[in-house]
Amino acid sequence: MAGIEIRNLRKHFGELHAVDGVDLSIRDGEFLVLLGSSGSGKTTLLRMIAGLEQPTSGEIAIGGERMDGDVPPRARGIAMVFQSYALYPHRTVFQNIAFPLEANRTPRAQITEKVRWAADLFGITRYLDRYPRQLSGGERQRVALCRAIVRDPHVFLLDEPLANLDAKLRNTARDDLKRLQRRIKTTTVYVTHDQVEAMGLGDRIVVMEHGRIRQVGTPREVYENPADTFVATFVGQPPMNLLNEGDTLIGFRPEHFLPRRVFGADADLRSFPFTVRRVEYLGSDRYVYGTVPAGGGGSDVAVIAELPGNVAVEIPEGQTQEFAVPRRAVHVFDAETGVRRGK
Amino acid sequence: MKRRALADRADVLGGVMLAPALIYVTLLVGVPFLLAILLSFSNATAGSLRFEFVGLRNYGAILRDPIFLRALRNTAVVAIGSQILVIALATAAAQVFRATFRGKRFFRFVLLLPWAVPVSLAAIAWTWIFDSTFSVINWTLKVSGLLHGWLYWLGDPTLALFAIIIVQTWRIFPFATVIVLAGMSSLPSEILEAAVVDGAGFWRRLLQIELPLLTPVFAVAVLFGVVYTATDLGVVYILTGGGPANTTHVLPTLAFQRGILGADLGQGAAIAVFLLPFLVVVAVAMLRLARQTEVGGARDESP
Repeated sequence: MAGIEIRNLRKHFGELHAVDGVDLSIRDGEFLVLLGSSGSGKTTLLRMIAGLEQPTSGEIAIGGERMDGDVPPRARGIAMVFQSYALYPHRTVFQNIAFPLEANRTPRAQITEKVRWAADLFGITRYLDRYPRQLSGGERQRVALCRAIVRDPHVFLLDEPLANLDAKLRNTARDDLKRLQRRIKTTTVYVTHDQVEAMGLGDRIVVMEHGRIRQVGTPREVYENPADTFVATFVGQPPMNLLNEGDTLIGFRPEHFLPRRVFGADADLRSFPFTVRRVEYLGSDRYVYGTVPAGGGGSDVAVIAELPGNVAVEIPEGQTQEFAVPRRAVHVFDAETGVRRGK
Repeated sequence: MKRRALADRADVLGGVMLAPALIYVTLLVGVPFLLAILLSFSNATAGSLRFEFVGLRNYGAILRDPIFLRALRNTAVVAIGSQILVIALATAAAQVFRATFRGKRFFRFVLLLPWAVPVSLAAIAWTWIFDSTFSVINWTLKVSGLLHGWLYWLGDPTLALFAIIIVQTWRIFPFATVIVLAGMSSLPSEILEAAVVDGAGFWRRLLQIELPLLTPVFAVAVLFGVVYTATDLGVVYILTGGGPANTTHVLPTLAFQRGILGADLGQGAAIAVFLLPFLVVVAVAMLRLARQTEVGGARDESP
């Protein structure tokens, strides 16, 4: 078990600053998610922790030990799961899982025992004699996890391990992963571009953009108190609505933007005349697309309202009606820097 | 109504465009091949136009001939021996050229030279390297104190055969290196990185991950190499001429000596035809090996 300390870490590829000064403390046993779009530097950061990439400058310490560039991956006490799973196609499932143990010269009998233990944990015991190409995507993913877990690493590094699964499988795999991590309590760093995965899995989420950290916090903190407009619009689906108001931007989430008459008469609200352009019926919710007048008298601003199924109010398209947001759900950001000022 | 141009008619166009290659192969490969088989059952000589079919007499004669049996063995020894060295050298060279270093393009060009040099020219240069008096190998070994006697490279049957293996290896390995390099660059980098993270050192990665994944690629390289060396006349002919005392003949040189120099076309043809089953067996074995590896899972396609 080990925490990870990262100090002023940089990785430059020529002109490109893939990771541009990252400071991060990952606690022992924590499930930390690095969230960002492609090119945000999240994978490069993970690869530097793994030792697959040499930092341009900065420090990484795992379990209190400095990991300089010449500490090879195998000496770092890490295990990694790749997006493609990177199973060895010419080896059976058993041989795949046994490979890290063979590499550190574990005795034969113990290898068999550990492989069986791991395979049992993930319910793939009956596939041990198969080759990777004879398995489904979900089964391969579990083999990759087995291979990672089998030599008791101090740190798990997972690079979008669910990205290649279909949507249905992804939900169960996510649940399995979280339960596993709770059980074995190994520090885990998980890279994803999927905010639903990040919210569902992470003890804390690190939101990254252009090689820098925008916010670190629990899923609730990141969602309810976004540090800036980038985080506010990146996390949440549909994204937070932003309106210009003098030198500030105000933001509110679509699920807080509801018809005025849904609220009680004495509620503390901000109201807007909402011109409905289109209503999207999604079963459990309705998305209402429309515009509100801009604060400074400019052109209208597009906003989205997300109405839960129990709000039965008729929303005719093409008409304007009064919508409102509870004042406590309105976020205020600096218009110039995008940094949060408060609620 | 507009008529369809020739360029629009895939069926006709295909035939037209294949025709030159087909004619070429038929005339220059197919006809001589059939002729060789025909001649191997005859008593034809270079001196006259008469010939009669003699059944399997030529084959019977060569199978009782110790020189032929020795040549057959030599052909196998040279082909297998040189390919073992080629695999080792090509793997090592590919490892070197996988790294990035200054002048990589230049060295890659230099590497390919042995393959591009005409066989006869190269073989003549090698006769000097193995010369009984001036051998640069002997002088180097002597000066560095590793050799106390003197090696008569082309005068000793075993050494001469070894010299032939060295030259064939030198000639083929650049080509194999290029094939192996291409194979290596097509390996998924995540698999190699997974092996690094899993704690495998250089040799374990090479022997347990890279080489097994490259088996189909090596099979192709070895197949080419065996065909090149087993059918090559030039190296042995120039280096040893089959000597000393007919001990280093391979099938092509013996066929040339008997059939052309000795004017016994029938027996020469029979010797040459003997290469055929040898090469067919090699080709089938290699292609099967390549296929089996794929079935075993060298391809990681989605189900």
